[in-house]
Amino acid sequence: MNRISEAFNKKKKNILSIYFTAGYKGLNKSIEIIKNLEDSGVDIVELGMPFSDPVADGPIIQKSSETALSHGMSVKQLFEELKDLRKQVSIPVLLMGYLNPIIQYGVEEFCKRCSEVGIDGVIIPDLPLDVYERHYESIFENYRITNTLLVTPQTNDIRIKQIDKKSNGFIYVVSSNGTTGDNKAILHNDYFAHIKSLQLKTPTLIGFGIKDNKSFLNACEYANGAIIGSSFVKHIESSCSTKHIKSFVDEIVKS
Amino acid sequence: MYTVDDNGYYGKFGGAFIPEMMHKNIEFLKLKYLEIIEAPEFQVHFQSLLRDYVGRPSPLYFSQALSDLYGGKIYLKREDLNHTGSHKINNTIGQILLAKHLGKKRIIAETGAGQHGVATATVCARAGLECIVYMGATDVARQQPNVEKMKFLGAKVIPVTSGNKTLKDATNEAIRDWISNPESTHYIIGSVVGPHPYPDMVSKFQSVISEEIQKQLLEKTGKANPSKVIACVGGGSNAAGAFYHFMDEKEVELIAVEAAGKGVETGESAATTALGNLGVLHGAMTLLMQTEDGQIIEPYSISAGLDYPGIGPLHAHLFDSNRATFVNVTDEEALDAALQLTKIEGIIPALESSHALAALEKIEIGTDEVVVLNLSGRGDKDMETYLNYYKQKAQ
Repeated sequence: MNRISEAFNKKKKNILSIYFTAGYKGLNKSIEIIKNLEDSGVDIVELGMPFSDPVADGPIIQKSSETALSHGMSVKQLFEELKDLRKQVSIPVLLMGYLNPIIQYGVEEFCKRCSEVGIDGVIIPDLPLDVYERHYESIFENYRITNTLLVTPQTNDIRIKQIDKKSNGFIYVVSSNGTTGDNKAILHNDYFAHIKSLQLKTPTLIGFGIKDNKSFLNACEYANGAIIGSSFVKHIESSCSTKHIKSFVDEIVKS
Repeated sequence: MYTVDDNGYYGKFGGAFIPEMMHKNIEFLKLKYLEIIEAPEFQVHFQSLLRDYVGRPSPLYFSQALSDLYGGKIYLKREDLNHTGSHKINNTIGQILLAKHLGKKRIIAETGAGQHGVATATVCARAGLECIVYMGATDVARQQPNVEKMKFLGAKVIPVTSGNKTLKDATNEAIRDWISNPESTHYIIGSVVGPHPYPDMVSKFQSVISEEIQKQLLEKTGKANPSKVIACVGGGSNAAGAFYHFMDEKEVELIAVEAAGKGVETGESAATTALGNLGVLHGAMTLLMQTEDGQIIEPYSISAGLDYPGIGPLHAHLFDSNRATFVNVTDEEALDAALQLTKIEGIIPALESSHALAALEKIEIGTDEVVVLNLSGRGDKDMETYLNYYKQKAQ
């Protein structure tokens, strides 16, 4: 069993997953930030691999990607930085990014390096299910890298069930039609209730537009937890110190 | 051999690499587009609009002056004489009928030089649909006449300030809009780029160009196929249209002309086949200008319609299989070719088309060869660029 499944076995509710863009706060900062997140009680970390043309992302994450790229972040650099990840961090860590940089790195080599440094899975928004099945599934499986697929309010039930069947970590439930950080996304309860009623085998995390305690707890009513990206990226603009990160997480999870 | 396969690929290029948020719209288009656009009623309506609204067939003009200069018999396919001044209207007329058929109320588009934006704003005005055009802020500044036209036609032009503020960035914003408004909105992509079925659909709407060339050549020369067809390629829509009926006609040489900008070695270029390699952008696997790390390189061309960092998957396949010859032309060569055509024929070409014209200098033309050059658009929008260039050159 991989770390992602273990995390969901251990804790069924109120899972908090945090996204940030690798390289946004400078090079060689990723492990430190992940460690701070773990120490603050975060359950899963999604580490963004910056891309020049992130079409599924809103302005905050797009800007963080531009900044990260200007600092010299690359897939190669990221793997260098993550060499000692598992000496310091025990929670699951996923890489989130777009397909093109992975293709240029080499998909097999990418999965191999993920496995070597202790990355548990990936989220690749522009890798749809059929392309994944046709070209990449066996490679990902060989290296035991979980591919997290997305469902949206536009995804019909038949497809949601196909995605459920193919998923082995968690399903990323996109809260509404929009890009990351989109504020209209927060309170789509009918849609969340519908997903819950499908009783999927795979745990679900709701993401896009989750930004505070209220939206986090609301999402947790309907899913195993939620993902926060843009508002965390915005929060660490000024600092990524232990204290500053802890104050953000405390504010989100307070009950 | 050069048509799209069942999965949306041309050889190894194409496909639909899209976020789940776009899946429903793209899947629906993929399942339905052929049925819709090949239906007899659709075709009757489309063809009548091409004739009575666009002004087709566009003339195939024999240029004695160009033939005297470069040899052979050189014909210009006058897409510049279409309503709105370029080939772009062929596709937007088709896609607006499709959007109506799909029950969409809102249209979005991306534009570089503004020709596609104007063509989209035009068909939206006619159809009574809301129109949003995304345009890089750099392009908004350098293509003012087209921006004013779009606004006058009732479109909302949204300047895009991310990246290099050009066509690539406008495309990103249009995709984001579609992700946020999947039900109400149809995205009229202006070139043969994007996820399947867009490259095939846009090629089919543009294929009226090569269909007419065949008929007109047969009338004028007694033979339907020319020796060479020349067209400029940014994303590649006018070239796809000009090549379409000739792709399987092996005796016809297809010549695609890319923008070299300040020169392919200068780092300021948009010549994708010279500088690019395989990658995924805007929903398709194709040839792209990119770094070793897979970040997209900002392209450069003086022509806003050509500075896209990739080419459509059909063109990537034509290049990869050596079916088409790709040449590249610098800003300066294109500007000189524009002045030349203006002086010898009284036709002011669009900067994009000027790249195709400049290629005449670079290829061998035999005495008996029949060459068709697709004059994709007219140069009104580029007057300021032309005038500035010649003012500076005179100093």
